[in-house]
Amino acid sequence: MATPSSAPGRKVNRLGLEQQAYRGGKTTLCAGCGHNAISERIIEAFFEMGIDARQVIKMSGIGCSSKSPAYFLGSSHGFNAVHGRMPSVATGALLANKHLLAIGVSGDGDTGAIGIGQFVHLMRRNMPMIYIVENNGCYGLTKGQLSPTADVGSTLKNGVVNDLPAIDLCALAIELGATFVARSFSGDKKQLLALLKAAISHRGTVMLDVLSPCVTFNDHDGSTKSYSYVKDHDEPLEEISFVPFFEEIAVDYPPGTTQVVAMHDGSTLLLKKMEADYDPTSKVGALRALQEANARGEFATGLIYVEPRRADFLTLLNLVEEPLASLPLESARPPREAFEAIMDSLR
Amino acid sequence: MTTSELSVQETAGNRQMRPLVNDFSIQVATVNGSGSQTANLVLLRALFRMGVPVSGKNLFPSNIAGLPTWFTIRASRHGYIGRKKEIDLLVAMNPETAREDVLALAAGATVVFDEPLKLDTLREDLIFYAVPFDKLVAPVCPDAKLRRLVRNMIYDGVLARLLGIEMAEMERALNKQLGKKVKALALNQSALQIGFDFAGEHLAKRDGLRVERMDRTVGKILIEGNAAAALGCMMAGVTVVTWYPITPSSSLCETLTGYMRRHRMDRETGKATFAIVQAEDELSALGMALGAGWAGARAMTATSGPGISLMAEFTGLGYYAEVPAVVFDIQRVGPSTGLPTRTAQGDILSTAVLSHGDTKHPMLLPASAEEIYSMAMDAFDLAERLQTPVFVMSDLDLGMNTWMADRFAYPDRPPDRGKLLDAGHLQQMKEWGRYLDVDGDGIPYRTLPGDGLPAYFCRGSGHNERGQYSERAEDYERNVDRLARKFETARDLVPPPVVHLEAGAEIGIIGYGTSHWAIDESRAQLLEAGVRTSYLRLRAYPFGREVADFIERHPRVYVVDQNRDAQMRRLLATELAGAQVARLRSVLHYNGLPIDARSVSNEILVQEGLMSDSARSAHTEAGAPAGLGE
Repeated sequence: MATPSSAPGRKVNRLGLEQQAYRGGKTTLCAGCGHNAISERIIEAFFEMGIDARQVIKMSGIGCSSKSPAYFLGSSHGFNAVHGRMPSVATGALLANKHLLAIGVSGDGDTGAIGIGQFVHLMRRNMPMIYIVENNGCYGLTKGQLSPTADVGSTLKNGVVNDLPAIDLCALAIELGATFVARSFSGDKKQLLALLKAAISHRGTVMLDVLSPCVTFNDHDGSTKSYSYVKDHDEPLEEISFVPFFEEIAVDYPPGTTQVVAMHDGSTLLLKKMEADYDPTSKVGALRALQEANARGEFATGLIYVEPRRADFLTLLNLVEEPLASLPLESARPPREAFEAIMDSLR
Repeated sequence: MTTSELSVQETAGNRQMRPLVNDFSIQVATVNGSGSQTANLVLLRALFRMGVPVSGKNLFPSNIAGLPTWFTIRASRHGYIGRKKEIDLLVAMNPETAREDVLALAAGATVVFDEPLKLDTLREDLIFYAVPFDKLVAPVCPDAKLRRLVRNMIYDGVLARLLGIEMAEMERALNKQLGKKVKALALNQSALQIGFDFAGEHLAKRDGLRVERMDRTVGKILIEGNAAAALGCMMAGVTVVTWYPITPSSSLCETLTGYMRRHRMDRETGKATFAIVQAEDELSALGMALGAGWAGARAMTATSGPGISLMAEFTGLGYYAEVPAVVFDIQRVGPSTGLPTRTAQGDILSTAVLSHGDTKHPMLLPASAEEIYSMAMDAFDLAERLQTPVFVMSDLDLGMNTWMADRFAYPDRPPDRGKLLDAGHLQQMKEWGRYLDVDGDGIPYRTLPGDGLPAYFCRGSGHNERGQYSERAEDYERNVDRLARKFETARDLVPPPVVHLEAGAEIGIIGYGTSHWAIDESRAQLLEAGVRTSYLRLRAYPFGREVADFIERHPRVYVVDQNRDAQMRRLLATELAGAQVARLRSVLHYNGLPIDARSVSNEILVQEGLMSDSARSAHTEAGAPAGLGE
């Protein structure tokens, strides 16, 4: 491992680690896949935030997106669960050890179709984890079938047209109780990195929908999730920068055009307004912004909704400080007197 | 005694005035939601406190209020606490079923009934006692709205007088039941007394049923199986409980929640040393338990057949990725929704190999409240030792009925956390691979997220010994062969069968779970008929090596299953030699009611050629509540 002094000129983070320490295995996804770009941003974000990867768990379901946790944070434990059911496995792991930092990667089929039930309840519980949907509007690993986020009118290579409305996972997440809801584009390095860094600081469910075109099955002219379509229709709500609590805030935006959101750990999210009155702390405003962008055929990107104060599920459970996984026996088993009293009561 | 006498005794023998001391069954027929449970439990506990072995079985509909329900209390001086299907005393409180209930009784039985029902005109071969419940309840319960609930306590008073149950014990039992509800307690005490007084003044004793104090409940407790399981989980040090409501398992997690909130809050901080989460469905319930087990918690869920079906996919993941979890299956009657409030052993085969691909799962088979308490602890140890989901196969009869049991023992050993890698061990090992079989027992070493030790990627997809993704043929084969080896290791770790060898017996009986009580009593009945039997009670799958030996010793072996398709016999057959399989016969019981001794005895006698089919059918289900047959 590199230390700040051992390699002059090489960039290290506050743990003295180089970015290399945050890499994972070699990707097996298609060349040019948006998912790989997202993995790169995850590596950068965890590196820049100086997170101890050994305290991170990487969770996923099934699909192309769900393979990607193998390609970042190689020193973190990971769990590639079953299709659509990563939320429950992640929830269980966090119950066992509330000090773990969980990042989950799902896809639009894994979340919007087979996993919609577990997604709904993860959001509702405000379980403290980062939940990323790598959204390409199709099933890549089974060769391109339509997913529930495919837009009306998007067409498959074989000519099948989608007649059903898309599920807007961000709107759904806001409705259900997620406390940090954002949308980005795998090709927007700056915005995605800022959102990921803010997500790491958030205590509660982060729902991050990242449009990630499928270069193999869904990057043709009829697709509304192709690179060219998303680039032309990306409508950022704000320009974002994130200041971790261990760095000083240096605002370079003109006053009056920024909004500062204080995160629970003291870090700061700076939003430079693109739309004059956009306020991401308003649930109603957030839902309206999504609807209006939809109506214009655009994707609203950026931080759509944030509520840093609502208690997360683990806090509500009022758990002891020690992880339940390593609870000593004297805490985990009532004493003999208590047990004998129970027996006496059963006479 | 000959077999024909056996059958005669059970049919229409005139039992009038034949004294039956501490050896009879009482059935109370009421309406669901009428509060009769309090009255029935008071009666049960009073008998228990008089030293008489008892059991209580609630036969109830899948309904909140308004449908017929029957509660059966059996007193048995011999200590037989399985179901007895012949009813000696009927308390007929439900106008809907009263007629059918009375017509189903064997001759000589006794009936206490609500006077306006005029049941005494139905038959001349029964003993009737009419009680005007509404007239009696009015003066003791001025609030008309409460009378429906309080009137049930009157039959407790009537029975106390008729049977000779000590009123002091009735009052103590009532106090225990309602002690904290002062107003309800006072009302019920009055009702109890007025029933007792009425019987003393107006009912001349004509039946032969009698209770006498004895000493066979010393050191015993009364508990439902689900509560016993909950205690076992708490004492095992469970930390994560994730569940979804389903009859008949819900009360396991609900009781556990109650115990944990009282006994598992940190004394200094007032914080919980556990997480109990009601999940959105059974898929999620097991998913959470596996996530927690992977991260090092002692995690569990509880469910019944429909939930087991939903858990199939995750069970395969737990097996293949080798993640510990404990699953309680409180079995009920399937398939599909089936009979949600009736009992069966219907999930044996499907659970043994739950999920797709080649899988095998350890199952524990508790027969009693004591055993499900200790097996709950065994299950957590086995799940962590074997790093796999372990199933505890209870059923509605054990889970939701009230059982007499030996007082449970405080656990005498710390939990077995299995092969958790630590830093020292890692250094010794030099190389660690998540799925490397270092010790030759098929069980690898694991690390936990957050423990700072080498990480691995847990996955349900193909993997090699280092946990890396692999589709290589030899990696797959080596992995599943090791899993099979691990299952063989399990064979020596699970609770062995309990074997009773009877010298010279040609007949062996193999049973498991709640069938034990019927088999135990049946063996005495068979012995009376001159038929000697040996008995092997299975307590786990994989089966112990004792099973083959037991079958070798007996030319004919009856496997008792509470299901239609002889599920345990078929599972046994997968592991036995052909000659052994040929010795197996079945005793099957699958009408939703708990199996009873007489049914077992008769089936064996018929198959042995010692009883005719017609002799058996003469009293099939005599005394069972008629409404249950619908």
